[in-house]
Amino acid sequence: MKEYRTVAQIAGPLVFVEKTEPVGYNELVNIVTADGTVKRGQVLDTSDEIVVVQVFETTAGIGRDSGIRFTGETIKMPVGKDMLGRILSGGGKPIDGGPEIVPEKRLDITGAAINPYARSSPEDFIQTGISTIDGTNTLVRGQKLPIFSASGLPHNDVALQIARQAKVPGSTEEFAVVFAAMGITREEANQFMADFEKTGALERSVVFLNLADDPAVERTITPRLALTTAEYLAFDLGYHVLVVLTDMTNYCEALRQIGAAREEVPGRRGYPGYMYTDLAGIYERAGIIKGVKGSVTQIPILTMPGDDITHPIPDLTGYITEGQIVVNRELHRKGIYPPINVLPSLSRLMNLGIGEGHTREDHKKVSDQLYAAYAEGNDLRGLVAIVGKDALSERDRMFLEFADLFEDRFVRQGLYEDRSIEETLDLGWELLSTLPEEQLVRIDRELIQKYHPKYRKKAQG
Amino acid sequence: MDKAKENRAQGVLKRISGPVVTAVGLDAHMYDVVKVGNEELMGEVIKIQGENIIIQVYEDTDGIRPGEPVENTGLSLAVELGPGLLTSIYDGIQRPLEVLVDKMGNFIERGVSAPGLSHEKKWEFVPTVKAGDEVKAGDILGTVQETNIVHKVMVPPRSKGGKVKEIAAGSFTVDDTICVLEDGTEIAMLQRWPVRVPRPMKEKLNPDVPLITGQRILDGLFPIAKGGTAAIPGPFGSGKTVTQQQLAKWSDAEIVVYIGCGERGNEMTEVLTEFPELEDPKSGKPLMERTVLIANTSNMPVAAREASVYTGVTIAEYFRDMGYDVSLMADSTSRWAEAMREISSRLEEMPGEEGYPAYLAARLSEFYERAGRTISLNGAAGSVSVIGAVSPPGGDFSEPVTQNTLRIVKVFWALDAKLSQRRHFPAINWLNSYSLYLDSLNDWYDQEVSPEWNPLRAWAMGVLQKEAELQEIVQLVGSDALPDEEQVTIEVARMIREIFLQQNAYDAVDTFCPMSKQYDMMKAIKHYADLARTAQAGGATPQQVISVRSKNELPQIKFIKDYEPALEKILKDMEAEFDAMRAA
Repeated sequence: MKEYRTVAQIAGPLVFVEKTEPVGYNELVNIVTADGTVKRGQVLDTSDEIVVVQVFETTAGIGRDSGIRFTGETIKMPVGKDMLGRILSGGGKPIDGGPEIVPEKRLDITGAAINPYARSSPEDFIQTGISTIDGTNTLVRGQKLPIFSASGLPHNDVALQIARQAKVPGSTEEFAVVFAAMGITREEANQFMADFEKTGALERSVVFLNLADDPAVERTITPRLALTTAEYLAFDLGYHVLVVLTDMTNYCEALRQIGAAREEVPGRRGYPGYMYTDLAGIYERAGIIKGVKGSVTQIPILTMPGDDITHPIPDLTGYITEGQIVVNRELHRKGIYPPINVLPSLSRLMNLGIGEGHTREDHKKVSDQLYAAYAEGNDLRGLVAIVGKDALSERDRMFLEFADLFEDRFVRQGLYEDRSIEETLDLGWELLSTLPEEQLVRIDRELIQKYHPKYRKKAQG
Repeated sequence: MDKAKENRAQGVLKRISGPVVTAVGLDAHMYDVVKVGNEELMGEVIKIQGENIIIQVYEDTDGIRPGEPVENTGLSLAVELGPGLLTSIYDGIQRPLEVLVDKMGNFIERGVSAPGLSHEKKWEFVPTVKAGDEVKAGDILGTVQETNIVHKVMVPPRSKGGKVKEIAAGSFTVDDTICVLEDGTEIAMLQRWPVRVPRPMKEKLNPDVPLITGQRILDGLFPIAKGGTAAIPGPFGSGKTVTQQQLAKWSDAEIVVYIGCGERGNEMTEVLTEFPELEDPKSGKPLMERTVLIANTSNMPVAAREASVYTGVTIAEYFRDMGYDVSLMADSTSRWAEAMREISSRLEEMPGEEGYPAYLAARLSEFYERAGRTISLNGAAGSVSVIGAVSPPGGDFSEPVTQNTLRIVKVFWALDAKLSQRRHFPAINWLNSYSLYLDSLNDWYDQEVSPEWNPLRAWAMGVLQKEAELQEIVQLVGSDALPDEEQVTIEVARMIREIFLQQNAYDAVDTFCPMSKQYDMMKAIKHYADLARTAQAGGATPQQVISVRSKNELPQIKFIKDYEPALEKILKDMEAEFDAMRAA
């Protein structure tokens, strides 16, 4: 392989190389520094005169005397059966002291788009054991459902609880977990690793770690490596894979950094104009394929800068993903775990995975009624602040109390409390039964007769 | 000389930067389709700068190197039009996705081309003209029973026309000659039309017929005319997609073109699996038989996303020319605008607002202007109604795509995340939405629904408006402080919202509500309001009026197909209750 020593310019993570052979777009590049270390990079722009290389590691040590080797191929990920149980760096190298991965295949990490015609509609209910997800924002296999959080909130605990408890009731197939950390602290990473080890989840996991002090640019490939692995496990080996990506905000920061270094015209808040397409290239790598056994389900986690849901990162994410689970500071302050605010949360695929044959016939109606009643009670809180509780009508007071009860009983649950969907729905009924029956306008009479605790007790007694 | 010219159809690549590449040594015109690289990826010329020909590539450019060949086809980006369009599912550049699965498996690989129409399949052609007839461009030569829709085979719009020499019934592929004119011109069923050029027509008509959608808030309060334009902006999670799918399913257009432009794969799958199963309420056949779907999901190449909107509207215009009413949904035009922005930024163009290209407004208006009710070249009346979704970042309506769209479209259905959080569906805000077609549609409602309808709608809007004002007071002082009369107004407004405006897309009956039922429902609510007013004038308290039990049965009407007897009973009970109140 020819080595060029024609570096013209180095700016941030970018190296500009002159007078090369024709180099392919997105090709993998090895850069050899004076002391012999090899750094990896990728071609961002290629022409007769100049080739722009984005370096995944720090550019420290790279100079005009460095040797540039173009490998002639795009970045590939070696994948194999023995990947489960392994811990890899954000660049895909084993860091658990174990041997190199024995590759069965080498796959392009960009991943091709699944032909929409080849997709099969997601409809298998995943029980996470968390009422606010199962009951009101149901996750289904093949979905991408992000957690929108903010700094200082226990989103990691929520993600861990999901990873620990997720199952498809009545199915014996186990989930494999692919966990990709981007720019999280060593401490957070340790929390994840400790939990994985404790629960034995590590054996069925592949972990990619790019920590806060690892090169930022490397973060741009970490999720792609993780998803390439997930797709291999799912569509080649038939596993149902749950992919946890944390923290996507750090990923987007890295994108912005590269954009700035390339002197691109920035979009909103300095993020590159192609961020939507770029994120779509990650999030869309979830789903089920007709006639293929496995599935990829994604739970990306992001922290909203300034708790702002309209910030470009959560905003663009929400446009691509199928809903969002919003972790809320107010609930956290009230000491409620998991502090999931169901009002702005949403699962777009919920209706495909609930109801008769999936969960229970009353699921949709109960969920709608809980939502509506909680929303009404929550609205009244603002009114109470102005006029006081006494000025409320009898009806309004009941809804106000319902909101408190909902947060305390339905939202709140233990870190290791794994509620079945029946428990969640029955709990919902129990709370709804505090309201007068005629206020349950979203539920048909038949279902009320069948599930309302009042009638159930009668039936039993 | 000729040879030198020939060679210029082949150039070499000079630079590759994502989906935008530069070639040199090539003769090209704007929007020529070119084949890029050894793998012959499809691209389109979008800028000419001296020797440098700048090309947007419709496929992934990974691994392509400078020095690889570029070949100009000399054609512009065009779609194939003819029998076989219906029931098809295409990507943004009219490659049938089903064929792509056969050719390259479950993932979309590059360098595979597939024609938009099957060139092998034979169709039964029945001529409607005979030898000796004079035909001109756009005239109908005959028909093909494509699905339950009759496909009308037309003389291509740019043909000179002339006297028919030979024409015969029979079984033909789209390439076979079906008609020969006196001057020797051979006409096949297949037409190719460049997507960026609107198809010609004779004249545009006024929009005075509504597109009936079966959605109460749309037909009843904010109707769109056939051939009209509408925008649905909505922050994510406000039910925009469901609303659009409802429109595609239920609007009374004969042909539906649905463009999934840069949207979610799973959602497209939902459309792709649902449409074939859905029954068309009019024909009883699968809805898919009158549908063309274009699915270019967010992770498919961005340049193809840019093209998808044009591909869709050209297909829509083609059916319009046959005399059909077509409704075109574009979900979402924001993703389309983002594709323009992305390509513009790769071209290093001077950006306009928020990085969008300065020509954003022009492109949007050009696109929406392709809507309309028209008389086509052959004299048939048809229409293309365009319903575009916009996804304003952060729900901020002041952003360029929403603003530029609102300047053009005539109907605005303001989706509201607050409403969807309360599970009020469709979550269309009745205060912020508008339709500028109300005046031109007045006559239609008078004749087809009832002369009472227009006043009834005005009354309902008045009540909702009044409620909004009253709610502000209620927020401050509580509902008891309102005058008696207004307490009932609030109750009536609640009934309009919960009974009339809320509609359940997932309920077998409520998902489509015919105009006559909408009228009956609204009339029933008005009837209650009138009775209540009379009762109050006779001394009844608001509590008495509000606690009339029979009105609580009204919501059930929504879910009953043959609702008339039930409604009649409720109205009778209601009158009885008010009579009793008066007696007491």
